[in-house]
Amino acid sequence: MGPKREVRKRPEPEPEPEAEAEPQFPPHFNVSEIKNKQRRQMMYQRLRQAKRKEQLAAKKKRQKEREALGDKAPPKPVPKTIENQRVYDETVVDPNDEEVAFDEATDEFSSYFNRETSPKILITTSDRPRGRTVRLCEQLSKVMPNSHVYYRRGLALKKVIPQCIARGFTDLLVINEDRKIPNGLIISHLPNGPTVHFKMSNARLSKELKRRGKEPTEHVPEVILNNFSTRLGHTIGRMFASLFPHDPHFRGRQVVTFHNQRDYIFFRFHRYIFQNEKRVGLQELGPRFTLKLRSLQKGTFDSKYGEYEWVHKRHEMDTSRRKFHL
Amino acid sequence: MAARWNHVWVGTETGILKGVNLQQKRATNYTNISTLSRDQEICAMCWGYPPESEVLLGCLNGTVKVFSTEKEKFTEFRDCSRGEGPFRGLATYDSSLITCVESGLLKVWKEQTDHAELQVGPGVCRMRQQSDRMERVATGGKENELKVWDVQVSQGPVFTAKNVRNDWLDLRVPVWVRDVQFIPASDKIVTCTGYSQVRVYDPNTQRRPVLQMTYGEYPLTALSLMSDANSVVVGNTHGELAVLDLRKGKLLKCLKGQAGSVRDVQCHPSLPLVASCGLDRFLRVHHVAEKRLLYKVYLKSQLSCLLFTSRDNWEAEEKPLGEVTVKEEEEDDDKYIGPKFLLAAGERELREKDNDSKLTECCKRDNTSKILGNKLFSNVLLPENLENMIGNFKLNTKIISDLLNHIGHWRNNKLTC
Repeated sequence: MGPKREVRKRPEPEPEPEAEAEPQFPPHFNVSEIKNKQRRQMMYQRLRQAKRKEQLAAKKKRQKEREALGDKAPPKPVPKTIENQRVYDETVVDPNDEEVAFDEATDEFSSYFNRETSPKILITTSDRPRGRTVRLCEQLSKVMPNSHVYYRRGLALKKVIPQCIARGFTDLLVINEDRKIPNGLIISHLPNGPTVHFKMSNARLSKELKRRGKEPTEHVPEVILNNFSTRLGHTIGRMFASLFPHDPHFRGRQVVTFHNQRDYIFFRFHRYIFQNEKRVGLQELGPRFTLKLRSLQKGTFDSKYGEYEWVHKRHEMDTSRRKFHL
Repeated sequence: MAARWNHVWVGTETGILKGVNLQQKRATNYTNISTLSRDQEICAMCWGYPPESEVLLGCLNGTVKVFSTEKEKFTEFRDCSRGEGPFRGLATYDSSLITCVESGLLKVWKEQTDHAELQVGPGVCRMRQQSDRMERVATGGKENELKVWDVQVSQGPVFTAKNVRNDWLDLRVPVWVRDVQFIPASDKIVTCTGYSQVRVYDPNTQRRPVLQMTYGEYPLTALSLMSDANSVVVGNTHGELAVLDLRKGKLLKCLKGQAGSVRDVQCHPSLPLVASCGLDRFLRVHHVAEKRLLYKVYLKSQLSCLLFTSRDNWEAEEKPLGEVTVKEEEEDDDKYIGPKFLLAAGERELREKDNDSKLTECCKRDNTSKILGNKLFSNVLLPENLENMIGNFKLNTKIISDLLNHIGHWRNNKLTC
């Protein structure tokens, strides 16, 4: 339709390099100033198409230049990602640091890492759980060896904890539920250890997974902890590691992965098989969920009077998109 | 580096004493890590004799260590393990040491065997000494009301606080005094509780608190008075630092940044600065008036106590000693680096008189400075009142006379050999 076309040419995004030489430079013109919606949409589409054309042309030109240079071509520039641009964090643990090594050698998990205790886990939920949460608990107890699921009959956690300690449990896992979906996870390391509170999202049960394998077996799985680099990340990583017994059964070929990326921790449970030296086949078995750390409290669960080692404060800590804490 | 220039001394839960020099942005450990264990966790710290040149540390296993900032090492270890529980307060009085442990045993340790003991009640959370009258200490704890004791009087407390009236449900208000401070130039005491209340007591008027206010929903763990004694800085277990007004009982401002429980807060006696340390392994210094975070230092262990030195001319100590030099004989005589450097050089020379290796090291760092005889000076313009300031520092007379001679030289012409 002819009349819809504007007489003016499409606006130039930036001035030409020799802008000073041309006195009659078209005034800056924004597509959003057109009041007529149809005309505005049409102009915007034309603007986008023109930009796209420019980009493709530039890309082709660059490709040609690259081919022309052949071996002498400069290396491809690395694209910037948020992980590349991560703000320098001074709390990143240096593996040779002896102070941190001493701290870790004498903290609450040291008895696990010195092989003095082996984990015994109690899994429970918030009061009156619905079907999804109950099934998630059952599947989790299959993932973690030596774990027991108990129904929470409205008991206070502070009263549950001394009983757990008396019966020799080392960890307490509480899955919090809201509106029939699990949305929080509290892990409390028992004798006097830290309590971690996570926000849980995207919890998928086994039967909802595509291309999953058969039931997980009783073999002790291997544990993979990815990207826990800062001091806080180390503590959380050690906490996850202390949930599983020491010696994994490699024959069972099952592996639990806690992958930290951008402060979100992804939990996956797979069975792997090496087809040859370089290729691995993976079957996802158990539940999967995503965790985000909300607080780390020193001592067993006591949200009112306990001392917090780290609390997530959204307005102070989430100001930069490139700053992560774990 | 000189331990005396450290601005803040911090004790950690792993037992390491750290000195932090904020101007040079450097933190140093003064404890050997290989000999540490968790039962040497530092529970309490205070200044020794003379104030600000000795640091006393109370450890979990009951020993009190004395660290000298001049000599940069621990000089004494005293076993003060009586009673049960960690130290909750350390103080020095008249060349003796006052300690209080959690089970309530307050003991005065003297060189001779004349030890005085007081029972202050179980569950003590804090003991503090009054800065005007050093024989008075205040204690408080969980279900242990605020009591002020006189160390020389052993009958009972000088002042016992009374609990507030029952609340609107006619229930007894529980007591949990977490931190106590004396307000200088008066008898008043301010406390903060584990139920997030801040209370001011005046022993001369009544036993119940004169002022009570609440801040936040979490237990307050640390309290410090501002230099003008009208406001306090409190910290709670969620890492919230707030400045509260004591006259009206209102919240003035919040200082942001702390992510973990605040273990200790201290205000500088003259500058508007507040240092806070906590379980998130950071030491933060805020400027109170501007609410700005000035310094944030990562100290790798969880911090439990701190001591803030009361030196106030930090700008004069601006650059680290290595950079004190000089750009050849230029006309910029207004590079006033300040007297402290020069004197520091002189003092260093005092300590390392025969240690030529140290001197040559210093020379290598500043190539353009000249060595005159045994002394290392740089091309600076000295202030007029240097002579006065020299008197305040302990230099021997030979160096003083040489210095004054050189001052004469420098005023006439630029530095020459």
